[in-house]
Amino acid sequence: MSFREALETQDFTITCEVAPPKGVDMKHVLEEAELLRGRVAGVNVTDLQAAAMRVSSVATCAMLKQMGLEPILQMVCRDRNRIALQSDLLSAYTLGIRNVLCLTGDHVVLGDHPEAKPVFDLDSVSLLQAAQGLIDGHDLSGNELEGKPDDLFLGAIVTPGADPVEPQIYKLHNKVAAGAKFIQTQAVYDVDQFAAFMEKVSDVKVPILAGIVLLKSAGMARYMNANVAGVFVPDDLIEEMAAAGKKDREAKEKGEKGGRVVNTSIEIAARLIRGLKPYCAGVHVMPLGWGHHVPAVLEAAEL
Amino acid sequence: MIASERKPIEEILGYLEGEAKVFVVACDGCSAGCEVSDPEHTAEMVKELEATGKSVTGTARVEMTCNAGLTALMLDQHLAAVNEADGILVLACGAGIQAVAAAVEKPVHPGTNSVYAGGFQGLWRSEPRCAECGNCMLDYTGGICPYTACSKSLLFGSCGGPKDGMCEVDESVPCGWMRIYERLSALGKADRLKSMPPLRNFKQMLPVGERRRSSLWALELVEPEETGEAEGEA
Repeated sequence: MSFREALETQDFTITCEVAPPKGVDMKHVLEEAELLRGRVAGVNVTDLQAAAMRVSSVATCAMLKQMGLEPILQMVCRDRNRIALQSDLLSAYTLGIRNVLCLTGDHVVLGDHPEAKPVFDLDSVSLLQAAQGLIDGHDLSGNELEGKPDDLFLGAIVTPGADPVEPQIYKLHNKVAAGAKFIQTQAVYDVDQFAAFMEKVSDVKVPILAGIVLLKSAGMARYMNANVAGVFVPDDLIEEMAAAGKKDREAKEKGEKGGRVVNTSIEIAARLIRGLKPYCAGVHVMPLGWGHHVPAVLEAAEL
Repeated sequence: MIASERKPIEEILGYLEGEAKVFVVACDGCSAGCEVSDPEHTAEMVKELEATGKSVTGTARVEMTCNAGLTALMLDQHLAAVNEADGILVLACGAGIQAVAAAVEKPVHPGTNSVYAGGFQGLWRSEPRCAECGNCMLDYTGGICPYTACSKSLLFGSCGGPKDGMCEVDESVPCGWMRIYERLSALGKADRLKSMPPLRNFKQMLPVGERRRSSLWALELVEPEETGEAEGEA
């Protein structure tokens, strides 16, 4: 079943992201993707995430497609102008890729080539416009295409925890108007806040998948609170992770088995998913290196 | 010298929709030299506005509008006429338009497109303010340039990066789009962000052949080109 069909027919749809490697050893990313077979409706492949140079999303998506998985191609506007972005959309289509998540992308100064030229010829909204144009059979200059990629399925993101959130909501409406048919969100840790956000965007008629980022430690949670825009991990979750970390350290000193941090992380993610379920069309899991724990998260969430 | 050209009256009238009373600010600097805001062409603009039923509450000439302090002082002398107006039309470069926007809590509209800086950014020099994009967006954004105020030069609202209103690139720099959002909100015009502007056209940043042959380029000793009769040849 395609990701589009899943969203149309399922009550609750799950997606998960994998990240291509820096280098040509594809073993790990393909193994992580394989773990998701039968468990998710689509596998997002990040596009040079955090502005770090690595294997492309298009190449990785094509390999997932060959494996019989359903890839969701992420595209950012930082590294390519409108000519290259449109070309890559057409190229991805010829490789069998149908789902595209359109993002603006982190600035180059946040990545591992901070001296690079940031492009941003288009942004998330205008990339959606460009992609919708291709679907309709023409490029951004209005030139007609020989063969149109008319079943591309476009998506976009939103940050429900942004403060103020109103500019995000204006942009969300523009993204949907420009062609987005599904939405995946930035990490959510506060069910009530997310429910309030969903109330504010109740007139957005496309499915919204809530973002789940696995907490790896109390320190990671504090780091995200201090540094990641629109992400807020409540104190009680940080304390839960800190307590698990402390027990693991004590166990290690006694030579006993640990694993409480991982179990607590899985339990928190599963609890969040169960809590968010009434308010959204599904969840999008971003494991950030913990892809091997995703099956356990989904089992714990009873999905 | 920042080279500019006047926007068509239709575009300006679009900006002024719902605003019956207009105050006009005209720069005596570069844009006057471009025959956009010199007394003769400013009077022409006022006449065109009045011919369409607009009431012009006053006109201020500012020696160099990009000199933000001087501009604020000059506008003080026209306080009553500025206050009476529903909006301000500025004939100046993008830096000058933003200097006016920074001085008044009124909708500020560009009457010009700045097309070329020739290596010099006017007098308001602390930060780059005008990208000479050739298609001034300062009406849409409430008088703050998205191309220079946003680190990514985004035209369709903020990215997911700003934290506590500050830019992801440098946390000491306010997010340009948060500034635009706050400015538009203060003017009661945030709903404008529901509309989507046309894509940026980088071709407009290229000075056209006709201007290259004008006196503006005289100091550069540009010889009239023997070829390139038509502007669209490139």
